[in-house]
Amino acid sequence: MNATSVAVAIRQLSKRFERGNVQALETIDLDVRPGEFVSLIGPSGCGKSTLLRIIGDLIQPTEGSVLVNGKPARQARIDRDYGIVFQDAVLYDWRTVARNISLPLELAGVDRRRRDARVREMLELVELTGFEKHHPWQLSGGMQQRVSIARALSFSPALLLMDEPFGALDEMTRERLNNELLQIWQETGSTVVFVTHSIAESVFLSTRVVVMSARPGRIAGIVEIDLPQPRGPETRESPRFAEHITEVRRLLRKGHADEAIEGDTEVPLYVAEEGL
Amino acid sequence: MASAAAVQRGVEPRGAQIGPALRSAGLSVLILAVLCAVWEAYKWLGERTEIRWPFPVNERTMPHVHDMVGQLFEPSRRNGPLLIDVLLDAAAFTAREAAVGFVLGASVGFLIAVALSQSRLLQRGFLPYIVASQTVPILAIAPMVVVWVNPKLPESLAGWGAVAVISAYLTFFPVTINTLRGLQSADPRAVELMRSYAASRWEILWKLRVPASFPFLFSALKISAPAAVVGAIIGELPSSIQDGLAGAILNFNQYYVSSPPSLWATNIVAAALGIAFFAVVAIAEKLLVRRAPENVA
Amino acid sequence: MSAVGVAEIPRGALGRRVGRKLTDWLPAAVVLVGGILLWEGLVRGLDVQRFLLPAPSAILDTLWERRSELFDAGIYTFSEAFGGFVVGCTLAVLAAIVLARFRRLARSLLPFAIAANAVPIIAFAPITNQWFGPLEKTSKMAIAAILVFFPVLVNTLRGLTSVRPSSIELMRSYAAGEVEIFRRVRLPNALPYLFSALKVATVLAMIGAIVGEYFLSSQEALGFQIRNSAALFQFEVAWAAIVVASVLGILFYASVALVERLTMSWHPSTRGE
Repeated sequence: MNATSVAVAIRQLSKRFERGNVQALETIDLDVRPGEFVSLIGPSGCGKSTLLRIIGDLIQPTEGSVLVNGKPARQARIDRDYGIVFQDAVLYDWRTVARNISLPLELAGVDRRRRDARVREMLELVELTGFEKHHPWQLSGGMQQRVSIARALSFSPALLLMDEPFGALDEMTRERLNNELLQIWQETGSTVVFVTHSIAESVFLSTRVVVMSARPGRIAGIVEIDLPQPRGPETRESPRFAEHITEVRRLLRKGHADEAIEGDTEVPLYVAEEGL
Repeated sequence: MASAAAVQRGVEPRGAQIGPALRSAGLSVLILAVLCAVWEAYKWLGERTEIRWPFPVNERTMPHVHDMVGQLFEPSRRNGPLLIDVLLDAAAFTAREAAVGFVLGASVGFLIAVALSQSRLLQRGFLPYIVASQTVPILAIAPMVVVWVNPKLPESLAGWGAVAVISAYLTFFPVTINTLRGLQSADPRAVELMRSYAASRWEILWKLRVPASFPFLFSALKISAPAAVVGAIIGELPSSIQDGLAGAILNFNQYYVSSPPSLWATNIVAAALGIAFFAVVAIAEKLLVRRAPENVA
Repeated sequence: MSAVGVAEIPRGALGRRVGRKLTDWLPAAVVLVGGILLWEGLVRGLDVQRFLLPAPSAILDTLWERRSELFDAGIYTFSEAFGGFVVGCTLAVLAAIVLARFRRLARSLLPFAIAANAVPIIAFAPITNQWFGPLEKTSKMAIAAILVFFPVLVNTLRGLTSVRPSSIELMRSYAAGEVEIFRRVRLPNALPYLFSALKVATVLAMIGAIVGEYFLSSQEALGFQIRNSAALFQFEVAWAAIVVASVLGILFYASVALVERLTMSWHPSTRGE
């Protein structure tokens, strides 16, 4: 595949954390095509969050290279080619909902009128119209995460990086936000790289699921999800959905035969934060 | 392998304590040396270029560091004991007042917090005045406190007992404020759990709220311990007590023109006393309270 | 009735707020009035000697009689405390900003700033008097400034550095530089820490000024008035001066608390739950 027609191109990538002597990732090769929805799934410590942060140039790899939209990850970050959503919403308490969403636009030097217009559009997209003057602590967890998604999308990045964005939410809120996210993805046509702990979530959302194994983090296998679009609640009840789930589960088990698959509530090991 | 590494990483801060301790000891010596060097350099520069702002630099305003330290090992007066012996006696005297004041103030402060935590009405009524109490210049009321307290004290406490009360006045405030916050910091779910065991208000207080307040209590005690020393010195000033550090400060202040290093030497001892009080509480905290590490970027 | 219907809702809300404020403060007012009455009653009933504790009414009389000189003395001392507060806090915040930029250095220096905080700096008041001249206001400003420096430094530094790592990562994902991160994340994050230190600093600055005056000062100063009138057995005057000092201290504290409320209206703690 030609490097320029690829949204994310990862070649021979390894990451070693000197502190604690952890081999987080070992020789990863992965291409993400434009418009794809790719999930990274694996047990705690398989380095999926680390991989996401390397794509975003928030951590440097030990070896190998990452190209985002055909340029080095660093240049892509400086060009603001991607938006990122974390597990907790990371909203700034001192800013209103509207000003949280407009933060990346302010940093990009967008003028006020266009910022306001864009914030209105985004609030509509995530169904939070009317909450612009609220402060983050006045919102529920699900609403906070929707603000964080709106913020990531506000400057229309071609690539959306999501690090277990719904991991801390209850099952019902999570399913609703999954549906919303798919809708947003189809409307905007952006590429998504999505880290998750949940097999069902990865199968429901993705066009491809990348299954990783732990210690050291490697790609155990890739599952093409051929469920028809648009997907909805009925998708979850289809036999094909169940087959994909079995397939992903089998790969996960093969990747680390002796390790049980942790539930969604498991706190992920952020080796990344020690780098700061 | 990696899991072993992770475990090791968790152990590291406790296992490898000697290295960092040595390093921070070396660092303190270094920083002290840098401070002295800056002092001497500024003095040298100031005397040559006649710096007048913010204050004129000369032998009187900025004595040599070695003169201050050297003064400690000179006789305090002709044929008298060494200055350091005089000052250590004074520091011990002040330390006794401060220690009694600290214990008194911390206990009273803790009890006030427990009482206030039991009623919002009490809090609303009294908390504003507990804050306001700290704006009263204790230096000003110290002589009156001495007149009130001293006649009621037994012979053995006469004189310095009143100073301990003044010291307690500066001590109690941080303890009350922090303990109150700590008592209210108990996880509401833990409170519900206690309720489900049909625990009484009293049991919830002693088995849950008080332990929850300990980290808060200790951070208050670290503020209070040096404050107790300040309180003792301030209390001594107007009480015409000559045996403590305040007596030494007043005394050497009078002779400042003839011998500036004496007052500086006194202040060095006073500083050491304050830091010692802080260190004792900090060490006690290390031994007694296990804290979650702070999340710092 | 107002023609502008929109004005109705805020007014009602404001009315409720004021109402709640009143019930909030009622217990405090009751304690104040009760305390003063008890004091007056005890002094009269037990015939307490004047030098032990004058009655509130006597103090109030003196306060009124000598209002102009006490007021002047209060302003004099407050200006010293305020000057020291401004100088000390400004230097401390600047130092914290520099240290926050060099976090490795900050981490190794922090224990020393904390140790310096434990030094009874009050004991240095005679030395600042020697530096600047005991009759000069600057000698008291200096001691007040040194006194407030370390608590403000330590707290501000803590606020600037205890930022969630993901907040910083988010800013880096927007290609924001250190300056942007500082302006938009660290600084707002430090505000609650800064203000709690500033409130403590108001009290410290007043104590610093008055203790500095105790050693030697201009006759205009409040500290001098307190010391002198106590020495002359004019206890009502001493107490009146103490009242002036306390009221100024409370006003100083309250005005910083007000600024806190205005600048941090976003913070959950500044809104009644």
